[in-house]
Amino acid sequence: MPSSSLPAKPVAGRRAVVASALALAVAASWAPARAAEPLKIGLVTALSGQSALAGEAISRGAQVAIDEINAKGGLLGGRMLELVRRDDESNPAKGVVAARELIFKEKVALIIGGLDTPVAMAIVPLVNQEKMPFVDPWAAGTAITKNGANPNYVFRVSAVDESVDIGMLGYAQKTFKSAKPGMILINNPWGESNEKGLKDALAAKGVAPAGVEKFETNDVDVVPQLTRLKAAGADTLFLVANVGPSAQVVKSLDRMGWKVPIVSHWGPAGGRFTELAGPNGKEVHFVQTYSFFGKQSPVGERVIKAMAAKYPNVKGPGDITPAVGVANAYDSMHLAALAIAAAGSTDGEAIRQGFYKIGRHEGLIKTYNKPFAEGRHDALGPDDYVWAQFIDNRIVPVGVGN
Amino acid sequence: MLLTSALISGIGLGSMYGLIALGFYLTYAVSGTVNFAQGSSMMLGAVLTFAFAQTLGWPFALAVCLALALCALYGLVVEFVAVRPFVRRGSDAWLMATVALGIVLDNVVLFTYGKEPRSLPSSLAQAPIELGGVGLGVYPLQLVIPVVGLLLAALLHTLSRRTRWGTAMLAVVQNRVAARLMGIPIRRVIAVAYALSTLLAGIAGVLIAPLFNVNADMGTLFGLKAFAVAILGGITSAWGVMAAGLLFGIAEALITTTLGSGFTQILSFTLVIVALALKPSGLFGQVATKKV
Repeated sequence: MPSSSLPAKPVAGRRAVVASALALAVAASWAPARAAEPLKIGLVTALSGQSALAGEAISRGAQVAIDEINAKGGLLGGRMLELVRRDDESNPAKGVVAARELIFKEKVALIIGGLDTPVAMAIVPLVNQEKMPFVDPWAAGTAITKNGANPNYVFRVSAVDESVDIGMLGYAQKTFKSAKPGMILINNPWGESNEKGLKDALAAKGVAPAGVEKFETNDVDVVPQLTRLKAAGADTLFLVANVGPSAQVVKSLDRMGWKVPIVSHWGPAGGRFTELAGPNGKEVHFVQTYSFFGKQSPVGERVIKAMAAKYPNVKGPGDITPAVGVANAYDSMHLAALAIAAAGSTDGEAIRQGFYKIGRHEGLIKTYNKPFAEGRHDALGPDDYVWAQFIDNRIVPVGVGN
Repeated sequence: MLLTSALISGIGLGSMYGLIALGFYLTYAVSGTVNFAQGSSMMLGAVLTFAFAQTLGWPFALAVCLALALCALYGLVVEFVAVRPFVRRGSDAWLMATVALGIVLDNVVLFTYGKEPRSLPSSLAQAPIELGGVGLGVYPLQLVIPVVGLLLAALLHTLSRRTRWGTAMLAVVQNRVAARLMGIPIRRVIAVAYALSTLLAGIAGVLIAPLFNVNADMGTLFGLKAFAVAILGGITSAWGVMAAGLLFGIAEALITTTLGSGFTQILSFTLVIVALALKPSGLFGQVATKKV
C-alpha cells in the first residue's frame, strides 16, 4: 500500500462528527421547524452477495457527498439529506420491491441506484411511472437511460456500453494500432449489448472485425474460441465479461502462448483479477471512469481525505475500491443535489427539470458543463474514461480516452 | 495445430465429464437411483481443497485427502437423507430430493465460502507445454486429467471383478433378492456406491479447480453435461460412460474450433439426442430387459 499523507483517522473522524453535529444544531435552531425535516435520498444497490463490495463503494461515495452538502447547510432552506439504503441482492425483483418501498413508504425525493443492468432495467418503468428521479451510478446498459419513456426520469453518471465500445476501439487504435480486432464476449445480455455497440463502433470507422466469439460464464477452456480468432488474424482482443470469465480468457491465452493486446470493459476491476488470471492479468487494459491513483484534482484530494476520515479501513487510494463506484456515486449525489436545489422543491417533475438547469459543476470525475439536456441523460461520454491495468495488484491508470 | 489443441483440450474436458458420469453409473448400477446434483459434489471437492490448502494453509496432499474423504462422507449423507427414505416407500421423489440437497449445498457454500470466485494454484497449471518453443495450448494438468480418468475407470473395473465388495456390488446389480438371500448387506453396498460416486466427482473437482476458478456454482453446468454423457454412454457400462465423456468433450471442442462458439451447445446436445434416438440404450449400453 502506498504511504499516505492523510491525517490520523480517529481525530479527524471526531472532528467531522462534531462539525456535522454543530451544523445540524445550527440548522435546527435557525431554520423554521418544517425545514428541519430531513430530505431523504433513496439508494438501491447490492449490499450482499458477489457485488456487495461495489454496493458499499456506491454507498460511501454518496454518503461522503451528502456529508459535504449537509456541512454546507443542506438543501431547500436547511433540510439535511439522509441516505436510506436498501439491498437489491443483484436481483431485479428485489430491486423493484426496494424501489417501491423507498417511493411509497420512505417518501424519498430521489433514488440513486442500479449496479446490475438487469436490476436497473427492472426499476426504470416504475420510476418513470411514479415520476421519481433516478440516478444510475454504475450499471452501463445503454437502454437504461435510452428507455423510450417521455418524460424520462432516469439519469446516469457512469459508463455507457455504447460509449465504452466507441472508447475501446479508439483506445485500441491509438495504443496498439489495431486494424483487425476480434471480440471475445460473455454469452449473456451484457455481452449482447456490447456486441452491438462494438459492431456499430467498428462500422462507423470502417473497420472489419476478425471475428466475434462467445463463451459461457462457466467455460473452463476458451482456447477453441481464441484459436479461431487467432486463425482469423485478430491483432487485438475486445473482452467483455465479469472477473471470473475474463480470467479464463487470460489463462487460455497464456496456454496458447498468444501475446495479443487485450482491451476490456470494466469486468476485471470487479474482483481478485490478478489472483484468478495469473501473472498475465496485468496485460489487460480495461476501462474505468476514475482512479484515485496519480495526481489528483483538489476535489480528488478532498474526497480521499474525507474517505480516510470516515472509514477506518481506508488507509490510502488503494482502499477506495472499486474506485468507479465511489467516484460515480459521489458525482451522482452532487449533481442530484444541484438538480433538487434548482427545482426548489422535492416535486419529481421539478427535479427532472432541475437536472437540465445544472450549469458548471466542478466534480470528481471531471468539471461538468450542462451535463444533462432533454434527450441526453448521460453525464459521461467516451472522452471521460480512463484506461487502467493491474500493476502490483492495484488498478493503475495507464491512459486516457481520445 | 488448430485441431491438435482442440483435441487435447477436448480430451481433458471430456474425461472430467466421464469422471462425474462414472458416479452416475456406479449408483445407478447397484440401486437404480442417482444423485442428480453430482455437479455440487464436484464443487464440494474443489471448495474444500481450496479452504484447506489456501485458507488454512495445510499441505496440499493433506488438503486433497481430507477434502476427498469429506466428499465420500457427503455421498453417504446424500444416500441416507435424499435417497433411502424415498426408495423405501417406493417413491421416485429421490429425483427431486437429490436436486434439492445439491441446491442446499450450493447455498451453504455461498454462505460460508462467499460468492467471489477464487483461484487454486497448481504447479501443473502454470506454464503450458511447449514443443519447439511453440505453446501447445495445454497445461500439463490437462494431460494428467484423462490419464487419471482412464486409470480410475480401469480401477473400478478391476475392483468390481476382483474384490469381495466388487462382486457383492455386481451381485446386487444382477439380482437383488438373491443377493440379499446370500447375506449381502444391500443397504451398505448402496451407501458405499454413493460414497464412491461423490468421491469421483470430488476428484474431478480437485483436478479441474486449477484450470478454472473455484466458486459455489462451478459444478452446475458440469453436472448437467455429465448426466447427458452418462445417458449417452448407456448408464450401465463404466467404460461406455468414460468413452462417451471423451466423445462429448472432443465433439464440443471440435465444433467450437471449426464452426464457432455459437454452435457448440446447440450441436453437441443435438448430437446427444440424435445418438439416443438411434440407440435408445446409449452408445455402449445394453438393452434393459424387464423380467416379469
